[in-house]
Amino acid sequence: MKIEGKRALWREYQKAIADDHYFYVRSCVRQTFFPGAEKAFIEIMKNRLGKDLYEEPIHTTCTGIAYHSDIVPLETTMTVVARQFALMTENGYENLAVSCVTSFGVYSEVLETWHHFPETEEKTREMLWKATRREFKKPANVAHASDILYKFRDQIAAQAVYPLINRHTGQPLRVVEHIGCHYAKMFPHKGVGGAEYPYVLVGMIESWGGEVVDYPERRHCCGFGFRQYLIQANRGYTFSNTKKKFDSMAPYKPDMIITNCPGCPMFLDRGQYAIAELEGITYGENGYGIPVFTFEEVAGLVLGFDPWDLGLQFHQVAVEPLLDKMGIPYDPAMKYAGSGGKFIGSPELPEVLKC
Amino acid sequence: MHTRKHILVIGGGVAGMESAIHLCDMGYEVTLIEKQDQLGGHVLKWDFLFPDHRPAYEITNELCPAVEEKATIKLQTEVKNIVRQNGHFEVALSDGEKLTADALLVATGFDLFDAHKKEEYGYGIYDNVITAAELEERFQNKIPIRTAAGKKPARVGFVHCVGSRDEKVGNEYCSKVCCVTAVKQAMRVRESLPGCEVFCFYMDLRMFGRYFEDLYREAQEKWGVQFIRGRLSEAAEDIDQRIIVKLEDTLAGRPLRMAVDLLVLLTGFVPSEGTRRMATMLNLPLGNDRFIKPSDEHLRRNLTPVPGVFVTGASAGPRSISESISDARAAALEIAAWFNNSSQHAI
Repeated sequence: MKIEGKRALWREYQKAIADDHYFYVRSCVRQTFFPGAEKAFIEIMKNRLGKDLYEEPIHTTCTGIAYHSDIVPLETTMTVVARQFALMTENGYENLAVSCVTSFGVYSEVLETWHHFPETEEKTREMLWKATRREFKKPANVAHASDILYKFRDQIAAQAVYPLINRHTGQPLRVVEHIGCHYAKMFPHKGVGGAEYPYVLVGMIESWGGEVVDYPERRHCCGFGFRQYLIQANRGYTFSNTKKKFDSMAPYKPDMIITNCPGCPMFLDRGQYAIAELEGITYGENGYGIPVFTFEEVAGLVLGFDPWDLGLQFHQVAVEPLLDKMGIPYDPAMKYAGSGGKFIGSPELPEVLKC
Repeated sequence: MHTRKHILVIGGGVAGMESAIHLCDMGYEVTLIEKQDQLGGHVLKWDFLFPDHRPAYEITNELCPAVEEKATIKLQTEVKNIVRQNGHFEVALSDGEKLTADALLVATGFDLFDAHKKEEYGYGIYDNVITAAELEERFQNKIPIRTAAGKKPARVGFVHCVGSRDEKVGNEYCSKVCCVTAVKQAMRVRESLPGCEVFCFYMDLRMFGRYFEDLYREAQEKWGVQFIRGRLSEAAEDIDQRIIVKLEDTLAGRPLRMAVDLLVLLTGFVPSEGTRRMATMLNLPLGNDRFIKPSDEHLRRNLTPVPGVFVTGASAGPRSISESISDARAAALEIAAWFNNSSQHAI
């Protein structure tokens, strides 16, 4: 591996990322899958980086899941996207900060479509006006939330309490980075580092002290693949793809996985349970799995957030072995305590995957 | 008989040299400029040639002394500026010299496609991904075929059409010579590493030339080279620095995943930097492949719409060495015919 070759390529794929004043659009599913991730992002942006970030309560889905499942037509998607832009315009913002990778892909695709086929933009404006009496300006800047934390990665590193270092060995943690397909595979120039060797998460890992693991199936889908998982009969494909990734990364003995997509951490995390039950295989040390995180959760850990405030108790794969490696203190008794300290119940433990 | 006209040949590869020799033989005064410090162009970097495996130096050994004897040669020289004036070309060269020419022959040729642009194949990133030109250099310098770690490869893969017939990189044309080059090199690898498995991953095999089909059959029947029809989707490195390739075997109708120890990319032709520069400087039309477009693809393949400017060799599209040599002779005749036709003399 020639890292200089990658660096030369990364220089080709730089993108403009706004400095401040973001209109934040959330994901449909992330608050269910990893409920602390978006909250951590807002906290980091506002209180650790001092940025202006606004969230409009009446914004909706971008239709991404329905669009990629052929449930809604493109015209509907464009109109819903136009409404998000109208809300941004009405609130005086022009920099769109997108939580979800699929939404980022949808916004990028709609803007590209309007650019190449201006009549579709005109039609969308007409439909939005008829449906809602709203008008909009197109965003000056569209960035995925991971782009934004990438931009400020060194400022986060400067505040780091727990860098990505194994405190027992002093060595960098070995980190697998997994990029959501809709981040750059559709529009390589809209992703930091391009589509084949994205840099967005690599930059965070390097800045925060870790070491990136490159493995043969790095580019492969997490297994979600929309049509694979959303159609129940196809779910075997999901886990066979997930297993393919884990089999490929296992020889490198990664300490953790970082993702930037709603679906990927879900399928890489919960998938380890499914593979353990189906095949009797676990991929971490001593029967544990490989902990999987969103980039906001990792930023939160690096900045010293309480793991349970980050929602890490909602992960399938136990995060404690990784917390121990990083030297992050945690109270096991508080793992399943709600916000008021009330016990919220603990999950049944699986038989094969140690948790 | 014509008066002694002066022709500037721009480019000292096989096409430029062959044209210059024939123009001199016809009595013209010829100056040939070459930007490198040596005549020969790409052929200098090839060890042996398809389809008969003759050493490449035999070509340059014949052409270089002949052209040096007959024409004025200026090495490490490029055109800086050209002005058409009073039926002549006033040419400023990079060494400061100015010369007057009655006709220009553009023989600036091709560059090899930059394999870095096929990012998914990992050239420049993975240690064991090389180009066919780099493999040929190893042949030429008698360097044993080894992996980056110095091991004998047990399996070598050749990827055809890298940067050719590929809309993604903007090159929709066929580069013509890569297929047979892969066959030639695959046979040489098998010959030098008898235990090594060799695979060629191809879209179509375009064995258009005489004896090319024989070479293809020999590669399979004598050397056991395995041809798999399918375009690579990606290459990645495993923990042992082997290259994992993914493709669809379109004859078997199934996806294929395979580890090779060395992956060789058959990079295609792109117009050279010199060809692009001359086309801009002389306002020459380009084909949709960005090579120089002649006035007539059938009848006047060396003539350009700019009076007094001619083109030969791979400046006008991918060509083999033998095609370039034939084309170069045709260009010399085209120039002579143009001079002989006084009605076309005005520039």
